[in-house]
Amino acid sequence: MHERTRVFLGVDVGSISTKGVIINNENEVLSSDYIWTEGNPIEATKQLIRSLQSGLDDGVAVTAVGVTGSARKLVGAMLGAQVTKNEITAHAVGTLSRYPQARTILEIGGQDSKLILLDGGVVVDYAMNTLCAAGTGAFLSSQAKRLGVRVEDMGAIALTSQSPSKIAARCTVFAESDMIHKAQTGHKKEDLIAGLCHAVAANYLNNLAKGKRLREPVVFQGGVSKNAGVVRAFEEETGFEILVDPNSHLMGAVGAAILAKEAGEESEFDFHITDVFFSTVAHECEGCSNRCEVVSFLKDGEVMDLWGNRCPKGAAVRHAADCAQRER
Amino acid sequence: MPQSVIFTFPRLGDYHIVIKSFLREIVPAAHVIVPPPVTQKTLDLGSRYSPDFICSPFKVTLGNYLEGLEQGANVLLQTGMGCRFGYYGEVQEQILRDLGYDFQFLCFSCGQARLDRVYAAMKRLNPSLNPAQFAHALLAGAKKIHMMDKFNRYMRENMAFEKAQGSFLRLQSNLYEALQKTNNISLLHQTSGAIFAAMNKIPLETPQRPLRVGVVGDLYTLMEPSSNFYLENELIKQGISVSRMMSVSFLFLRSNARSLRGAQGYLKYTVGANGVDSVCQCKRYAQMGFDGIVHMKSFGCTPEINATPALQRLSRDYKIPILHLSFDTQTSETGVQTRIEAFSDMLAMKRKAQAASAAPAFGKGERSVGNA
Repeated sequence: MHERTRVFLGVDVGSISTKGVIINNENEVLSSDYIWTEGNPIEATKQLIRSLQSGLDDGVAVTAVGVTGSARKLVGAMLGAQVTKNEITAHAVGTLSRYPQARTILEIGGQDSKLILLDGGVVVDYAMNTLCAAGTGAFLSSQAKRLGVRVEDMGAIALTSQSPSKIAARCTVFAESDMIHKAQTGHKKEDLIAGLCHAVAANYLNNLAKGKRLREPVVFQGGVSKNAGVVRAFEEETGFEILVDPNSHLMGAVGAAILAKEAGEESEFDFHITDVFFSTVAHECEGCSNRCEVVSFLKDGEVMDLWGNRCPKGAAVRHAADCAQRER
Repeated sequence: MPQSVIFTFPRLGDYHIVIKSFLREIVPAAHVIVPPPVTQKTLDLGSRYSPDFICSPFKVTLGNYLEGLEQGANVLLQTGMGCRFGYYGEVQEQILRDLGYDFQFLCFSCGQARLDRVYAAMKRLNPSLNPAQFAHALLAGAKKIHMMDKFNRYMRENMAFEKAQGSFLRLQSNLYEALQKTNNISLLHQTSGAIFAAMNKIPLETPQRPLRVGVVGDLYTLMEPSSNFYLENELIKQGISVSRMMSVSFLFLRSNARSLRGAQGYLKYTVGANGVDSVCQCKRYAQMGFDGIVHMKSFGCTPEINATPALQRLSRDYKIPILHLSFDTQTSETGVQTRIEAFSDMLAMKRKAQAASAAPAFGKGERSVGNA
């Protein structure tokens, strides 16, 4: 039993999907999965862990865990992660393990999009969308629903288009009304879908990439990179060859796993975590008029972590203890 | 004056300490209400009665007034300068009047921002005020501002490296306490000597080449830490030396012509308010070899939007990363934190790679490639 191979778990809990990988010392993916978060990161993570475990043989031991994504704090506490990293760093590290020469990373996820510029294997600049979800996966899925196609099929349909419709790309709301208008004047469905893919690419380039110089090699990742229509749209808009890794949707998780591997702290991860009862209790602290929304994180009714409070006011901490009592 | 004067004014960083003692000296009979620190309640109150698309400092300062008025203030102070800020006073006064509050509004903005106007207004509140008294209060105020700004600047640059955690904060609270106690100028000089001697003796463990970040942007977002989620402290916590040229001392001494000269090659004309300063300061930081710049503005701040293309060109020319952040009352703290974390990671990784490529074993000269 001592000679089990050390492997590393990386989890990326996004707003829409939860991704996980287990990598070996050579950064190769041994087991991976991609599931919907459905507004419940704790459940999604449990399901993910179960599925990753089933893809693994007995001769390995997970010795470090890295977590990224918008629910990283919660899931990091849940998994007892060695590393909890922001998405930008995780994505850059993940991509560099596959494309060490990459200069530009385009990343489009469910709710946000990022642009990362690299030079000599180091991030030198980045941008993230701010106020608006235009040009993200959420936009594509809502339009897919409207058109009655599955979001997974959009790419293939878009590629059959001979003349993509021109759809206003500036804003999701306008893009939507523009698309409805085009549909009512008789544009074919594949042309509309191809037009939407172009709108996503154009929106991305006009917002995030504004004022930034993109250089080749360009790597495209995140859930939307699975959409071949958007990939083609990017190629046409930029004139560059766009590289898409077979694991392009998992790069954040791969990066988190690599960061965990390199963290230098190791302790064996217990897969039984899926049997543990985790819960969170949110509560508005009344210590001052800031009214911090304090979240206590409980493991089998025991307070593990507490966040959201801006000051060390005792009220929040005491409350957490009370919650623990009540849950028991 | 039929009733006693109770002053209030918007908060800006820690400057309320100085404003309070200044007002107490020139109108000794008056009370001064320092509005409570900015909390969610301040934002909610301010946003409820503000135009939706106004910049966030307007909303926050309106919230300050409302909280001050609730505590009984009846004389409100405001200033204003070369952007929408120049109209804050008039609009806020009207909003507060429409809400039914009874108060006197003293607005020293743009053309009114002159010492003789301040003197005349204060003389009306305190008929026994004489020019010598006024001048003394001004000198004491200026001395205090100078001390605060000097201390805080040093603190931002070095606090990341203090040996014993909390040394700087402790000394800062000593300083603030001393500033509140006296308006006597020679006493202030003494305090100043003692505090700065103590400051220079705070044991530091500064690395040989610390990561340095400069912050530039609009004056309110830079100087009121609650409006930027204490961004400077976050950077300091990551072990970064933070430099900020903006301060009240800076505002008194700045000139557009000088800043425009400093921004040469990037700006030909002024772009409003502190936009020119942002470009000028950014260029200085770039030339000084800083590792990165954080450009902060309130959402929709026109002068800073005007400055942005120049900043982007600076970033390209000097290969210095700039993090652009916009804040308003709806900004998510998590989003800001993610960006700051990624920014400091990026700077640290860049530094590590530079060190590696400088070592002969690696010698690939990766950094000289590119820019074709």
